[in-house]
Amino acid sequence: MAIFNLNVNGKIVKVDTSPDTPLLWVLRDELGLVGTKFGCGIGSCGACTVHLNGSANQSCNLAISSLEDSDKITTIEGISDNASHPVQVAWKENDVAQCGYCQSGQVMKAISLLEKNPNPNSDEIRKEMKHNICRCATYNRIEKAIVDASKKNK
Amino acid sequence: MESLKSNKLNRRNFIVNSGIAGGGLVIGFNLFSSFKKNEDLGKLNSNSNQNEFNSHIKISKSGDITIFAPNPEIGQGIKTTLPMLVAEELDIAWKDVNVVQAKLDREKFTNQWAGGSMGVMLAWQPLRKSGATARQMLINAAAKKWNISSADCFTKNGSVYNNLNQKYTYAELVDDASKLEIPKNVKLKDSKDFKIIGKSVVNVDIEKIVTGKPLFGLDYKEDGMVYSCVLRPPAFGQTLISFDSAESKKINGVIDVVKFENKVAVIAKNTYAAIQGKKALKAEWKNPKILEDSIFHKNKLNDLLDKGKFKTMRKDGDVEKAFFEADKIIEKTYESPFLPHSCMEPMNFFANVTDRKIDLVGPIQTPDNTSKQVAEMLNRDISEIDLKMTRMGGGFGRRLRGDFVIEAAKISDIIRKPVQVVYSREDDMTAGLYRPAIHYRIAASIKNNKLTGYWLKEASINSNMYGLIPNFLPAGSLENYQVDVVNYKSEISTAPWRAPYTNFLAFAEQTFFDELSEELGVDRIKFHLDLLENVKGTTDKRIKYSPERFQNVIKTVIEKSNWGENKKGLYKGFSAYYCHNTHVAQVAEVVMKNNSPLVQRVVCVVDCGKLVNPLGGNNQVVGGVIDGVGHAMYGEFEFRKGSPRAKNFNRYKLIRMDQSPKVDVHFIDSNHSPTGLGEPSLPPVGAAVANAIYKATGYRLMNQPFVEELKLKKVLG
Repeated sequence: MAIFNLNVNGKIVKVDTSPDTPLLWVLRDELGLVGTKFGCGIGSCGACTVHLNGSANQSCNLAISSLEDSDKITTIEGISDNASHPVQVAWKENDVAQCGYCQSGQVMKAISLLEKNPNPNSDEIRKEMKHNICRCATYNRIEKAIVDASKKNK
Repeated sequence: MESLKSNKLNRRNFIVNSGIAGGGLVIGFNLFSSFKKNEDLGKLNSNSNQNEFNSHIKISKSGDITIFAPNPEIGQGIKTTLPMLVAEELDIAWKDVNVVQAKLDREKFTNQWAGGSMGVMLAWQPLRKSGATARQMLINAAAKKWNISSADCFTKNGSVYNNLNQKYTYAELVDDASKLEIPKNVKLKDSKDFKIIGKSVVNVDIEKIVTGKPLFGLDYKEDGMVYSCVLRPPAFGQTLISFDSAESKKINGVIDVVKFENKVAVIAKNTYAAIQGKKALKAEWKNPKILEDSIFHKNKLNDLLDKGKFKTMRKDGDVEKAFFEADKIIEKTYESPFLPHSCMEPMNFFANVTDRKIDLVGPIQTPDNTSKQVAEMLNRDISEIDLKMTRMGGGFGRRLRGDFVIEAAKISDIIRKPVQVVYSREDDMTAGLYRPAIHYRIAASIKNNKLTGYWLKEASINSNMYGLIPNFLPAGSLENYQVDVVNYKSEISTAPWRAPYTNFLAFAEQTFFDELSEELGVDRIKFHLDLLENVKGTTDKRIKYSPERFQNVIKTVIEKSNWGENKKGLYKGFSAYYCHNTHVAQVAEVVMKNNSPLVQRVVCVVDCGKLVNPLGGNNQVVGGVIDGVGHAMYGEFEFRKGSPRAKNFNRYKLIRMDQSPKVDVHFIDSNHSPTGLGEPSLPPVGAAVANAIYKATGYRLMNQPFVEELKLKKVLG
């Protein structure tokens, strides 16, 4: 066991855990931030996507010991107050979710995509979002919501 | 569907029970005969602090209205759709409705389950009647206050009005209304007066979903709760000889290791320690006589098709005679693999077994049936079980079976602690319950260039198609028609999988139709329409599809997809199927990209009767189509020595966004009662895609997944 200082959603938190513990399980079991989901545990499905210093990362693949004190972690819970981020708004307006389980990962991935590329075309969206599985296959609406959110960015 | 049988639900049962619910004696949107006796509303209310209007509709003094959603939500949208039916007849504004998931309550409801695309279909009358009955009571209460006839009152947006435009809000009337007699034979709204039904309503949980609020089974936490991962036999049929937990117990956070049945459970302070603890277990296993391979299944099923002892499911005329007299016989065999359900939320459940009671919390499609199994296993009274349903990260039939709930209860009973059993993805993919591998052999006899006989044989793993399926088209359209089934009892465990049997049968038959029409030199669409023409006016009660509605979806998809219009490099395939009481026709458009087929667009026309929620309904159809494309194209799941080779999503290929077609959905405008929507868009699409790939490559696909088959046969060079 070891003590780690983490910056999660703008707050510094102390966690006492095994160094090999993936960030996913620290968020879910230690910090109670259950919006980040467990899907595969091997970085194949994207359900656990969070932002590490603003960039989408799969938290099931990030051992807690690999993080620096200066690293900033943002989870779905820290994206906005009242679901007001343009991507969240677009997700609501397009009724994207079916079962909803993968959607926080999809939202995190989409936000990261739009930060890098504020105006993506269809191919760019599909290429980037293919890392996130949706078993309900809400892909058509995810694409539409990203396009809608990108328009709001302007 | 087997699961439905186990719930003792059948058509007759439904009619009898809904008759009671529909008689107006019972209020509440219980799907079937929920109340053991005809309790009156006043009695129900006497115990509740005036706010609870009845067991299912709660109206607060401030006017907030809560509607309890009785059925478990797996992504089919039922938590949104069923309350819409109540709200419509109660005549309130949707924005004023607060929807809350009901827990399992066998006093108020029976058959709280999700499966078979039956939720809306079965709830259509009873739920509207309960809303309408409550509304009538509120009207009667207002009429009494004004001392006028109820006929001189009307409702609008949660208030009762009289002709002088005076009003009482529902909240002001609840106390009085609850003391009145329950009216019988309330009148339901005419569909032209619907304000909520037929309007698009967003998923009631969307805000919580996009903000990551705890909703799902794995999100459930309780003080003092521990976590468990379970080591199960790595190959099907193996039994545990011995195990060594020394390394496991060294892992930080591991509390205990316990054996139960043929399994070993690691108990830990957190999920990760439980996962790691399980990985560190060493165990010795005894092999069964045969460790089954996919090639073993393939040979077994083909042997059965050649010389199995079949059970005949339907027999019209004399196919053997038709085949004997035929000029030509076409016979094809279609092969499908096992498939895992791959719910994004791996199996999990919370259980807390104490001497006093048993608490169960988590994602389950069959809470009632599962509770009964837990009670039986632990030899406890069913009344001691309290089961709360969480939102489910997918179901697809996997969560019809409560094996993981039973595991959680068993472990909690042994360790006497609240415990959450968690499957890793590898556990979820390898521990069993798959769509069975199935082979279909279809043969048709042709004489004088006419189709004279049709013979369908099914060889499946563990179980066969259920009652209604043998009566789907072409049943009813041909004089000589026969369906025979046979199965092999395997060590590999199987369960219903979205649109059981038809998810592959529709592929086999709708590609066979394509081949047959080509052989006969008849236009594919005309071939299908002509078969349906033969069915018109049938007196065969087993035929549940409507030839007229079926023809209509076909004609509509031809128009909407510009079927006859050819574009260079774009290949179109057609398919149409009826299941879950819904008629569907599709055209798939395929392009060749990097020497591989890509499904670019699917046009889908659906007749599901009255569409309750166009937005949610559209989502179901689009999802079903892409799901069907994905598994038909990429779903490879091979067994070697009794275990699946794919253990996670790196090897098992679920469809991804860059492989997904655009799906254009058109619903037939209808005032027929609503029918199923969660499943029926999936079965036909495999054939639509295969028929398009045939046009692109000249190769007739008969096995799934297509991509493997095309590689294997070197079709793509």
